[in-house]
Amino acid sequence: MTKYLLLKHYRGAPEAVNCVPMDQWTPAEIEDHLQFMADFATRLEGTGEYVDGQALSPEGTFVRYDGEGRPPVTDGPFAETKDLIAGWMVIDVDTYERALALAGELSAAPGAGGKPIHEWLEVRPFLSAPPTVTE
Amino acid sequence: MDELLLRQLTPAVIGVLVRRGVDFATAEDAVQEALIQAAMTWPDRQPADPKGWLVTVAWRKFLDAHRSEASRRDREQRAQVEPPPGPTETADDTLQMFFLCAHPSLTPASAVALTLRAVGGLTTRQIAQAYLVPEATMAQRISRAKRTVGDVRFEEPGNLATVLRVLYLVFNEGYTGDVDLAAEAIRLTRQLASMTDDEETAGLLALMLLHHARRPARTRRDGSLVPLTEQDRSRWNTRLIAEGVDVLQTALGRDRLGEFQAQAAIAALHADAPRAEGTDWVQIVGWYDELLRLTGSPIVQLNRAIAIGEADGPVAGLGALATVDPGLPRHSAASAYLHEKAGDLLTAARLYADAARSAPNLAERDHLTRQAARINHALRG
Repeated sequence: MTKYLLLKHYRGAPEAVNCVPMDQWTPAEIEDHLQFMADFATRLEGTGEYVDGQALSPEGTFVRYDGEGRPPVTDGPFAETKDLIAGWMVIDVDTYERALALAGELSAAPGAGGKPIHEWLEVRPFLSAPPTVTE
Repeated sequence: MDELLLRQLTPAVIGVLVRRGVDFATAEDAVQEALIQAAMTWPDRQPADPKGWLVTVAWRKFLDAHRSEASRRDREQRAQVEPPPGPTETADDTLQMFFLCAHPSLTPASAVALTLRAVGGLTTRQIAQAYLVPEATMAQRISRAKRTVGDVRFEEPGNLATVLRVLYLVFNEGYTGDVDLAAEAIRLTRQLASMTDDEETAGLLALMLLHHARRPARTRRDGSLVPLTEQDRSRWNTRLIAEGVDVLQTALGRDRLGEFQAQAAIAALHADAPRAEGTDWVQIVGWYDELLRLTGSPIVQLNRAIAIGEADGPVAGLGALATVDPGLPRHSAASAYLHEKAGDLLTAARLYADAARSAPNLAERDHLTRQAARINHALRG
């Protein structure tokens, strides 16, 4: 089993095919989308592959150490940050192919007009614990 | 087995051990072990004197823990100094435990965790689940909290205001899983109210009861939020409302107003309206004025502006909102609501979309996005 992070971006990913923003959808289209997302997570819980899912607020701040006895320096939030993560889902699956297949299904969540969003999701494997048997 | 009885006895039993000279952290551990043993053995046979049983078992657990650390000679000496179980003042001990666990030296998160464990009798695992943190993290938070209050004298006069704030936090934040935190907060506040003669404690209890009464109508089956005006009021719990109003009236009758009583009065006015249109907004604005006088809180200012929008019309509401800091959470949502009522749909839709982007939780974000979508949909005709 390997854990994969499925990353959804506010910005930074290539543009989705069906990229109408959500506040321009009809109320029924929003219901369908939210239902799809909830069903997807429930189904993966059922197959024993769901680990975690969280959504992030778009507002973020960069912070760094600024030397002994000084408060940390902050910068941002940046309106023009190239890459902005919207949220993630962590799955634990047998193969890379399975991770890709699930990300593909998630990307087909319905959007405007009830049609799949075709959103780009980023799939990143976790670095795992070292195995016991290595030779 | 009566689990609630067990949990209700928890703080008093810790108190007995502390009065016998055991330090608080050790006493708390011993009582948790006694609770676990009770959970295993009481289902078969509940003792006639549950509290006496818990004191005896917790005392043995404490002695066992000490014996295992001490030398044989020490052990024999300690066994001889075991005091006979004497009479104790239950109410006092329990109240002191509320004060200790919400001690002003603790951070709010630590005070909440310690209160749920040592006063509420919950396990560390249950508390961790309610706040979605790993059990080990919660265990550390609790043991640090115990160390922080380690030197506090048990009889030290308590600070009721911090206790109320902690109980309010338990009621208002956290996830409902294995343990219903809102119900637990009500249980503890009820217990506190029975031991104190304090209007604000009663006010907080009333506030909790009145909000808890709306719970069946507050969310749809899919978890989405139903705004107050759209809730099916026939699903409000009338028994809780009646009790809340009763508790509040008694408190208000003593003419020592505080912020929890004022908040409860607003909730009671909502509860009093069989339909949303029948809400007495003029009186609600009056209570917000009182609340603002008591707290000076900008969040109260924001809610007051919405109430003025209902009482005197959206233009008056927007006028009141103009004096409120626009950086406040939910400012755009309030402004969107008032703009829609004023007929400015384009601005309302834009503000709802803004509000969704800065929403502090998913349920609110989804709700605000739906509002924007609903107006945009209507605008397209």
